Amino acid sequence: MNARRQALLLLFPAAVLLVLMLGGAQGLMLIASLGRRSAYGGVLYEWGAQNYLRALEPVYMSVLGRSVLLAAATTLACLLVGYPVAYWLARQAPPRWRRGLLVLVILPFWTSFLVRMYAWMFLLRTEGLVNLALDAIGLPALNLLYNPAAVLLGQVYGELPFVILPLYASLEKLDPSLLDAAADLGATPGAVLRRVVLPLTRPGIVAGGVLVFIPSLGAYLAPDLLGGARYVYVGSLIQSQFAVARDIPFGAALSFLLSAAVLLTLWLFRRPLRAGTEEGA
Amino acid sequence: MGRGEVSLRGIRKAFGDVLAVRDVSLEIAAGEFVTLLGPSGCGKTTLLRILAGLEALDAGSVLISGRDVTAYPPHRRPVNTVFQHYALFPHRTVAGNVAFGLEMAGRPRGEIATRVERALEMVRLEGMGARRVDQLSGGQRQRVALARAVVLEPEVLLLDEPMSALDRKLREEMRAEVKGLHARLGTTFVFVTHDQEEALAMSDRIAVMSGGQVEQLGTPAEVYHRPRTRFVAEFLAVRNLLSARVEEVTHGTAVLRTDGGVVLRSTEPGFVKGARACLGVRPERLAFDGPGDNRVAGVLDDRVFLGDRSEWRVRAGGDVLTVSEPGTGEGRRTGGSVTVTFPAEALLRLEDGVEASAK
Repeated sequence: MNARRQALLLLFPAAVLLVLMLGGAQGLMLIASLGRRSAYGGVLYEWGAQNYLRALEPVYMSVLGRSVLLAAATTLACLLVGYPVAYWLARQAPPRWRRGLLVLVILPFWTSFLVRMYAWMFLLRTEGLVNLALDAIGLPALNLLYNPAAVLLGQVYGELPFVILPLYASLEKLDPSLLDAAADLGATPGAVLRRVVLPLTRPGIVAGGVLVFIPSLGAYLAPDLLGGARYVYVGSLIQSQFAVARDIPFGAALSFLLSAAVLLTLWLFRRPLRAGTEEGA
Repeated sequence: MGRGEVSLRGIRKAFGDVLAVRDVSLEIAAGEFVTLLGPSGCGKTTLLRILAGLEALDAGSVLISGRDVTAYPPHRRPVNTVFQHYALFPHRTVAGNVAFGLEMAGRPRGEIATRVERALEMVRLEGMGARRVDQLSGGQRQRVALARAVVLEPEVLLLDEPMSALDRKLREEMRAEVKGLHARLGTTFVFVTHDQEEALAMSDRIAVMSGGQVEQLGTPAEVYHRPRTRFVAEFLAVRNLLSARVEEVTHGTAVLRTDGGVVLRSTEPGFVKGARACLGVRPERLAFDGPGDNRVAGVLDDRVFLGDRSEWRVRAGGDVLTVSEPGTGEGRRTGGSVTVTFPAEALLRLEDGVEASAK
């Protein structure tokens, strides 16, 4: 009884926050998404699914598709880049440096993401540092900014710490004698990685993947600043509905569609996700 | 050279400034059961890992079945290891663990299934193949680890303190099981332990290690009855260790005066008149008022009851002797005068050994 009361007490602040801020806000959005835009950018409460039907039009679906592709590419790239880093940090870096190196991983968080995106622009633009350097050694300038590759670069850069940390946690837990045992039983270094290390660190891979995929799907800053106006992603689309087009109902409907895309992805990957969490236990 | 012969030549291994293994050479015959015995930090596990290829060495060479495998990585060596905490793969079933090595060797599916089943039968785990590893008891895990290693029919089986995590009763059972496995397979076994009883019960030969070196190599009886150095004697429970000066050596008998002022005789060879000597005698060789050339008067200090026997501490001059006698020792009283007796051949001459000479 006492434990239950304690649990309620401990969870109370978070529960209030979730119910009011998330539940309340989502409720308002749901109502708005079913309404109609008024002439002055307000909401007319005339119920109907018209905003959702509009969101399903090919032009908007292609935006959503591009965003899913960006999120998937970001996740994959983060895992490919982050895994070796986490492996080295957890298993090979000198132990007394580990703490300091982990601080370096999260060091970018000490500066605003917006500022860091501007820094990338400064590096990549036509008159940017990279092109200046290329020019200095006599090479032609490159179009580095305002294309999908720049968006992906900015996304991977921003999300990388979120994949390194869970990977580090699961790699650090990995019992080194299991690697010895695998090698002793005839596994080549490659086989040790495929048959022992990767399966046993799946919880970290899954956690890091989810942590990167979901925010990347609705990413707004990197696509907007590094992608330019030519490639619209769903995050920018929603932002523009609220701030530019002043079509709150349509923006709300797009937001719900984005949430649906997240839930659908999690559902599609439910099996590896569940296996991942079970092995972690 | 035969299959399963092991030859370690001049093995040296340092971790930073610490020399873990110092120029160890060891020849192990095919099918032999050799135990590396010693306290933690003596280098026994490092030596085993060098044999498995899990530790690179700084000098020396490793030959298995006559082949120089020094440069071979672990997955190319014809040895398999039973690890101290089993190191079973938690993401695989019992059968999946046993099958791992066969899968790595690229054996066909059908062959793997039969060999896994046979290996599980051998360690009395038939029908348990589908279990998850975390559903097993300590003893069962131990047997899975054994099956996983022997299923590959290694030329040499390495066992790194495989029983240290088990309770006493289970340990004795596993002792018999491992011994039985050795008899059935005829494979060379190299076994690492810090438990002298385990070493004595199971081995053909024991290598007692200290400070990264082999202090003594011999059969269990040799090592037990005739420890060569002070360290080996101490490690194998020779509880009475005395420092003495050699007073005289005549007709193969040495007369010795301990630093505590007790005069003793020993028929051991090698004593030099006027030199200092280290002496040892097992508590069970000592008796109260028994036969023997050595008769030492003393006072009973205290008694420790050990079930099947009792141990008395006896003050004799400036020395303290430990006497082990069967029974409860109820008849004697602390503070009483006694005469401790033992034969001259029971008094061993011990060398300083590696540890002391290295200082």
